[in-house]
Amino acid sequence: MFAKVLVSLMMLLGAPALMATPQIQHWVTDNGARVYFVAAPELPMVDIQITFDAGSARDGERPGLALLTNGLLAEGAGPWDADVIAARFEGVGAAFSNSAGRDMASLSLRSLTRPELLEQALATLEAIVERPTFPQAAFERERSRLLVAIERRGQDPGAQARLAFYRTLYGEHPYAHPPSGYRHSVQAIERQDLIAFHRRYYVARNAVIAIVGAVDRAQAEQLAERLSDELPAGAPAPDLPPVPEPDEGRRVAIEFPSSQSHILMGQLGVYRGDPDYFPLFVGNHILGGASLVSRIFDEVREQRGLAYSAYSQLVPMRRRGPYLMGLQTRNDQAEEALNVLRQTVHRFVAEGPSAEELRAAKANLLGGFPLRIDTNRKILGYLNMIGFYGLELDYLDRFTARIEAVTLEQVRDAFQRRVHPERMVTVVVGRGAEGTPSAP
Amino acid sequence: MVRWVPWLLLGLVLSACASRPSLPPMEVAAGAGPVHERVLANGLKVIVKQDHRAPVVVSQIWYKVGSSYEHDGITGISHVLEHMMFKGTKRYPAGEFSRIIAENGGRENAFTGRDYTAYFQTLAKDRLAVSFELEADRMRGLLLDPEEFAKEVRVVMEERRMRTEDNPQALTGEHFNAVAYLSSPYHWPIIGWMDDLENLTIEDLRGWYDAWYRPNNATVVVVGDVDPQEVFELAERYYGPIEAAPLPQVKPRREVEQRGERRLRVVAPARLPYLMMGWKTPALGRHEAEWEPYAMEVLAAVLDGGLSARLETELVRAQRIAASIGTGYDLYTPRRELLTISATPAPGRDIAELEAAIEAQIERLRREPVTAEELARVKAQVVAGKVYERDSMFYQAMQIGMLETLGYGWRVQEEYLTRIERVTPEQIQQVARKYLTERRRTVAVLDPQPSDRPVASQGGSRLVR
Repeated sequence: MFAKVLVSLMMLLGAPALMATPQIQHWVTDNGARVYFVAAPELPMVDIQITFDAGSARDGERPGLALLTNGLLAEGAGPWDADVIAARFEGVGAAFSNSAGRDMASLSLRSLTRPELLEQALATLEAIVERPTFPQAAFERERSRLLVAIERRGQDPGAQARLAFYRTLYGEHPYAHPPSGYRHSVQAIERQDLIAFHRRYYVARNAVIAIVGAVDRAQAEQLAERLSDELPAGAPAPDLPPVPEPDEGRRVAIEFPSSQSHILMGQLGVYRGDPDYFPLFVGNHILGGASLVSRIFDEVREQRGLAYSAYSQLVPMRRRGPYLMGLQTRNDQAEEALNVLRQTVHRFVAEGPSAEELRAAKANLLGGFPLRIDTNRKILGYLNMIGFYGLELDYLDRFTARIEAVTLEQVRDAFQRRVHPERMVTVVVGRGAEGTPSAP
Repeated sequence: MVRWVPWLLLGLVLSACASRPSLPPMEVAAGAGPVHERVLANGLKVIVKQDHRAPVVVSQIWYKVGSSYEHDGITGISHVLEHMMFKGTKRYPAGEFSRIIAENGGRENAFTGRDYTAYFQTLAKDRLAVSFELEADRMRGLLLDPEEFAKEVRVVMEERRMRTEDNPQALTGEHFNAVAYLSSPYHWPIIGWMDDLENLTIEDLRGWYDAWYRPNNATVVVVGDVDPQEVFELAERYYGPIEAAPLPQVKPRREVEQRGERRLRVVAPARLPYLMMGWKTPALGRHEAEWEPYAMEVLAAVLDGGLSARLETELVRAQRIAASIGTGYDLYTPRRELLTISATPAPGRDIAELEAAIEAQIERLRREPVTAEELARVKAQVVAGKVYERDSMFYQAMQIGMLETLGYGWRVQEEYLTRIERVTPEQIQQVARKYLTERRRTVAVLDPQPSDRPVASQGGSRLVR
């Protein structure tokens, strides 16, 4: 009864407010770094992210190399050691961070735009990007800290599950190993490896610079030149090998002294720019992507109380990223929960979503679009993604239209062609886990 | 504590070696939209802050209830009730709340702390009425269906297993709190003891809901591209008809004076040792001199306000005793707060060396004044943080809601910068000498047991039988 009142109220309000998408400016620096810029004059601050195609997929025989290289950049640069670098950033209230995943290795800076403050932060960032020194002592310290992080991973059942999942799904592909590497591989890394890795991959033509903030185009151009002009032009990283499609499902069990079993199930998903991306994205939203209203959430948690978190996630990467589904449940419920998860996926692939589900998912994604770009930080994230993966500049402008265009038939068809529940990798980490034993 | 809300939001400082990203910036920055405030006749407080950077609105409702309002035997009830708030009212059956928010393009969640429970939605600005209508409905109309409860309490137990039981550092933190706090309700975890969760009843929840979910116990915070008058009118329409009711009186249960150092060891399956140290320190507005919590805030930032702060510089980089280290302190705590330092030793170093090195840093704070350069750095971070926080409407709403609910009032954040600026090196030395003493200290050590040992033999360390 009251629901009707609400519905009519919503009709009255009409379609969700359309938000002007940020105007993205793009250019290439003199030596070949690609720059993506959005002016955001409202707040006296600027966000800069420099990303190199230098993630762990480039590790080669040395898993952990990309992460260590990225982590060492702020440990010594130009005339400065780690103490001075940290003090130079924090003394002007700037926040610097770095990160490395499978595809990307990034450096990020947030600073006020007051000239004397920004100048000190920029000069420091410039040195880190262009003149890192990889001090031997800092290298040894960071390597040993990475080994501690690897140990910590060993006491985390969720981390163990992810490790086994990627390893099993990707086999010999460079996405198989974790960015933090393995104990033995990290132990074998030397300072010279970092220097060689840096020389190859931290080059202008392998870089994307994203800028959002209270600077104008001319300032942004200067800033981008300054952050890249001393980098060698170099060459873009070579194409990663395609990921071979596994021909059969596998189940891996890892015995772990935890009260819960962590379950991950999945297969190869999509790459950035994949023609099936939008039907799969919308379909996954219905199956397990939407946080509180998806089928998986409903079946596993709402209907049965089996888990706190239950989801499916499409992870688009340069090459096909994983399509993974996960939950954690008391050890003695692991089989039951896994069966529910399997049946939910099977049914979704076989039948596709209902028209009502598709309508609701689109309403959520379209109505929620303004929330995707409501902070400088989120816009920066989109710039970085668009630049790194070479998506169209009007990606955000076309986002809602592409969602709207997805049909029931497209979702069903994409899931039936691309999702194969019978061939998925299943990992169970916990006590009494059943399946093919695998060394952790 | 539903779904993804990080521990940071829960008023806890126990997360594993999380460094302080920076001082929590509190001041309403110059140029930010003004804050408008109104109290409805039923006692509901409505606070609106305009932010026109995006056509979006954040809507939060904060209730003055959390784990510190609980007592033995029903620990975790505030958090379980938070979960049950998604399980249906007379008007909107289980699942409808989230379905309607989703259909309106919204994002939503909720979280429970020691001193508050809060619910939020982020929506396109023209959908604020949807949030108000649904929140007003579940303030008094909750069904609390026994079957839904039976399922949901199992979900919470799974949450507890994931967050605490199977996380050796979190487990250590839970035991640490239980030892550091004797008579204060901060003694028990927000999520509750497993045994209490197992024995919770739907009648317990009904009582809790009826006692605390009243308009005169709530604050609505709206930040976004909205007109305050329209928000007040909407609030009046949806929340206005709900009747106020007298609230229960909670006994103070102040923490007894600590009479000497406390030490504990937690034995659990793990691969790394872990150290937690904590000192009873002043929090804002509780008997101590007003400047003391601010001095402690700066002290915490001198220790760990970034990579140039002392603990990273000295213990991680120079001495290489710690692999990771983090400090926790929150001056906005209605009850006595702890300054905590949590750390993992570097390879080849042991817990005793690590503890001695931390203690040496504490001694240094007692012995010598901090430098002008350190103070300047802390201040620069606070000033910058005031600007950065405005990139997030959600964060701005969090600050207002939390300060109101904790009883400080949102205006206290306007004093933050000047209070911090006024802190002198001598004051930092004074609070270090007064509060960071052995007598006020609690020390917990995680003693890791190899994973390949049968777990049954480690039952002594488990919280649950």
